[in-house]
Amino acid sequence: MKKIINEPSQVVSEMVAGLVLAYPEYLEQLPETTAVIRHDKASMQGQVGLVSGGGSGHEPAHAGFVGPGMLSAAVCGQVFTSPTPDQIYEAIKASDTGHGVFLIIKNYSGDVMNFEMAKDLAELDGIDVRFVIVDDDIAVENSLYTQGRRGVAGTVLMHKLLGAAAAKGASLTELEQLAQAILPKLKTIGVALSAATVPEVGKPGFVLAEDEIEYGVGIHSEPGYRREKLRPAKELVAEMLGKLDEALVLTPTKKYALLINGMGATPLMEQYIVSHDAFLWLKEKQITPVFCKVGNYMTSLEMAGISLTLLELDDAKWLDYLNYPVATIAW
Amino acid sequence: MELTVETLNNWMELFAQKVSANKSYLSELDTPIGDGDHGNNMARGMVAVTEALQTKHPTELTASLKLIAMSLISKVGGAAGPLYGTAFLEMAKTSQQTTDLVELLQAAVLGIKKRGGAKLGDKTLVDVWEVVVTKFPELTSQQIEQAVLATKDLEAKKGRASYLGERSIGHLDPGAVSSGYLFEALLEAEGRL
Repeated sequence: MKKIINEPSQVVSEMVAGLVLAYPEYLEQLPETTAVIRHDKASMQGQVGLVSGGGSGHEPAHAGFVGPGMLSAAVCGQVFTSPTPDQIYEAIKASDTGHGVFLIIKNYSGDVMNFEMAKDLAELDGIDVRFVIVDDDIAVENSLYTQGRRGVAGTVLMHKLLGAAAAKGASLTELEQLAQAILPKLKTIGVALSAATVPEVGKPGFVLAEDEIEYGVGIHSEPGYRREKLRPAKELVAEMLGKLDEALVLTPTKKYALLINGMGATPLMEQYIVSHDAFLWLKEKQITPVFCKVGNYMTSLEMAGISLTLLELDDAKWLDYLNYPVATIAW
Repeated sequence: MELTVETLNNWMELFAQKVSANKSYLSELDTPIGDGDHGNNMARGMVAVTEALQTKHPTELTASLKLIAMSLISKVGGAAGPLYGTAFLEMAKTSQQTTDLVELLQAAVLGIKKRGGAKLGDKTLVDVWEVVVTKFPELTSQQIEQAVLATKDLEAKKGRASYLGERSIGHLDPGAVSSGYLFEALLEAEGRL
């Protein structure tokens, strides 16, 4: 393991401390936690609080999306490990202005259980808490019999849409309805060229041969669904978009947003090459995304790989929400 | 069979030792089918449990169980934190009515199943907890081992391993293995090993 760190056990606390020192105009750390909240707490008045988070190692998710127009607070768990309920509970309490709090949870069993326990704790205090479980990853096929599909990079688009709606004064019930409407229209798939090394573990989550890639890999280095030889970018893109097409049934008359997400060790140059191939592939289908983002949004430490997310913009308002101004570190 | 504060303290100390000694092994088990951190998470939790018991010195069973639960919930994270935490929290609640070990463990199993939504055969720690609890009070080390080993041939239906489907077959469930240590520690604490 070769990493620029001090103590493997201290990476999260040192990271959060560094984050708030670097960006005090955006973030504040909640005392005794590794949760961060918007610095301009006063301007959250009248709005439903929006809290997300998860294991660390996915930076800039989720703390990078805390700010006006997106999240109220984000909770940073240990590396690739869900945050604990006491920390999530603190973030909920701090984000509530009397209008309730909405949680955005990625579909991983640990995240779901810990956020649910925190919700129970907050409800004892009389805070109305609702949530959405994001399950955008289409890599898992037999989802009926398992945990269901994982929540991955599409979660960032969920943050953006719900954040804009909350900023415009949507109620808890309206946010819940919006989140449920977005879920079936939000799909992601990824490929990995190499795995991440969790500092406390000290070795990579899996090993791929020099010329191998893995499809459908999870954002914690969980193995994916198929391994094969590395192919040119346009062939990878064709397989990924083909899968997204099966899931969403792409239609020329509909509008789409596209998120091209680097997993941590993939240079922007390669991400833009993927962008080129993706636009060409979609053009063949007579589709031009009306909104696009390319960059590192939901990373997996130093994993090399990329994911593609498509969101079918089912409602004209959704594009407005995507374009709604935000002030965060990473959007 | 009654659970006393002394047995509970011994139990936790022995469990902490086993987790610490097998930290890397538990994380290795978690690598092919999860994300490779079960050992680190459990070790972090049991260090917190040991410290809490030593500094706060609860003298009463309910308080001790609750302290263990809260230490696990607030330090472990992931799926193991709420599952182990819920188990001890349910034991704490039940200990207000009874100190019978089997009844406490039965409450713990119900709590784990409710929290995680897993049932017997889903390749989770439930496969050890549920089997072991029915074998009390004659539980043996071999029965614990058998329950743990039986998870190897199962296909995971819950937890991160479930994303692998059939590819999870052939691997021991890390939560089942750590639960095996927990019950081994219990037998030792009771002086039965």
